[in-house]
Parts: sequence; structure tokens; C-alpha cells
Amino acid sequence: MSQTGELILEKHYDPIGARIGMWLFLFTELLLFGGLFLLYAIYLKRFPEEFHYASGQLDQFVGALNTIILLTSSLTMVLSVASLQRHYRKLAIFFLVLTFLLGAAFLVNKYFEWGHKISHGIYPGSSELMLHPKGEIMFYGLYYSMTGLHGLHVIIGMVIMLFLLYFISKKTSNPVVLQGDKLEKFIGQSLSLVDNSGRILWKSNPITEDVTQIELVTKGEVSDENLRSNEVKLHNAGLYWHLVDIIWIFLFPLFYLIAM
Amino acid sequence: MEKKPEHSHLITFGTYVMVWLALLILTGLTVTVVGLNLKNFAIIVAIFIAGFKSTLVLNYFMHLKYESTLFKNMVYVAIFTLVIIIALTFTDISFR
Repeated sequence: MSQTGELILEKHYDPIGARIGMWLFLFTELLLFGGLFLLYAIYLKRFPEEFHYASGQLDQFVGALNTIILLTSSLTMVLSVASLQRHYRKLAIFFLVLTFLLGAAFLVNKYFEWGHKISHGIYPGSSELMLHPKGEIMFYGLYYSMTGLHGLHVIIGMVIMLFLLYFISKKTSNPVVLQGDKLEKFIGQSLSLVDNSGRILWKSNPITEDVTQIELVTKGEVSDENLRSNEVKLHNAGLYWHLVDIIWIFLFPLFYLIAM
Repeated sequence: MEKKPEHSHLITFGTYVMVWLALLILTGLTVTVVGLNLKNFAIIVAIFIAGFKSTLVLNYFMHLKYESTLFKNMVYVAIFTLVIIIALTFTDISFR
């Protein structure tokens, strides 16, 4: 049956399945951070004053700025997905680069924020921090592990974006190939390039029996198939990035605002 | 061009920008409310607003609103599981 053969050759394409897989992965992330949020809530209940005081030592402005940066990066990410859906490839790349840069800006802020605290001797296990009350030690322990794990997710998201930039920018050429029976009748003849006035610009050696194929390489282009599969990949990368954003939406008030 | 089913709900760029603006306004609202010195109440309001912001991100940026019920149910189950874990732990902590 020739039809069965064609079906097998057809490339597997299942965007819904791909999205379900991504969502299932995101649920594991949700429970990972959920456990840490639970830990935070329990210690907030046990040490309300100390958490209140320690939270006041964080820079609310930087926290708010990073919230705005991350929310904006979610917007540019979703615009990149929307652009690719409409087959505006270059616009999708532009928004993806913008998202990457916003992610980098977030990390730069985090770097200075952490650096500032660490230079004051406030980091897990430091002798300076050990002199503080127990609740503050817990607060900073949670602060470093939760924002650290979140920062790691931002870095992973940015690495994924680099891969996608490569996939979306990549163009493939589909060469026109002459071989076998089609080539046979050209044996002894030669190939030439002719301009529109009939002048021969270039002529090849005669095609001998040793020649196995004639190949014309076309200009690189984006195939529909690539575009479709990149859409799925970009959508899933977007889902991941938005989850990282949602986690920050909760981290921001819990760490930066409870002191106000 | 052939119309593909997953493209049947293309959300406009304008909608995304509106959602983004709403998220920024809600962030401002969180900072304001927490600044009102409502003590313990402030954290509850902040978490509530964060929850609302998350539903905006989930529904629009993550397209959940336009996905089939299968996706929605999966998300409910995941959130429900998390809520049970949190609730059970808190009953343990509170009545110890």
C-alpha cells in the first residue's frame, strides 16, 4: 500500500502534545517553588518581627525596578511569539533579543543587589550574619536560596532564548539535484552560464560518466516546516519565561514589601 | 493560506500591551497598599493581588484562556495540589 508509506514519511507534528508536555514540566517547577514558599510562610509566622525588620534592609526600589523589567520582558516574549505566528520572522527575532536583554538587565540588578549585601557580610553562613537574631538568619537564607533559584531560572531561560534565536534565524537551502536517469542524457555535454544577451559567461568541462550528480544550491530560505516547528518551540520557551515571571510576582511582595 | 486550528485565536498586540499595563498598575497598587501600614492585612492583600496578576499572565501571556478544557483542568489540579499541601502544613503548624 503506497499510502501507508507516505504516512510514515510524513514528519511528526503535534503542537498540542508539545504544549501539554511543557505544562506538565511547569507543574513540577510550581511545586518546587511552592515548597519554598511554604517554608517562607511558616518562618514568617514564627518570626514576624525579624522578617519585618530584615525585609526593610532590602532595597525596595531595586525590587520594584526588577518587577517592571521582568513584566516587560514577558510582554516582549509574548510579542515575539505573536510575531512568529503571523510569520513576521524578523520582528520575532527583534522581540526575542529584547527579551534576552531585559533578562540580562534583571540579572545585572540582582548582581549589584547581592553584591551590596555580601559586601556588608550578609550572606548565608557568614560570621556577621550569625550574630543576627535567628529569624533574620532564616530570612536571608530564604532570600538567597529563593531569589538564587529564581535567578538560575532566568539564566536557563536566556540560554533557551539563544537556542531559539539560532533556530529562527537559520535558513536552509534546498538544492536542486540531477542524478541517475535524469543525468544520463547529459553525459558528454557541458554546463554553461548564459546571460540575457546569449553570451556564455562560463562553461564547464564535459560531463563524464564519473559525474554522479549535478547540484544547484538555492538561496537559503525558511521552510514552512521550520517555521511551524519554531513556533512550537518559541511558544514553549515563552511558557517557561512567563512562569519565571509569575514566581517573581510572588517573590517581590514577600521579600521586599512586608516591611513597609 | 490554509487556516490552522491553533491560529484560530490570534490575540492582537494591543491586547498584550493592555495586559502589560494592567500588570504594571497592579504592581503600583501592591506597593501603595502595602505602604498604607495595614500590618498583617497588607501581606494578605499583596498575595491576593499577586494571585490576580498571575491569572492575567496565565490567561493571556500563557494563552490558557484559549486552550482546551484539558489544559485548564491540568492547571486546576496542580494548583489544588499545592493548596492542599499548604493548607495541611498550616493546620499542623497552627495546632501543634
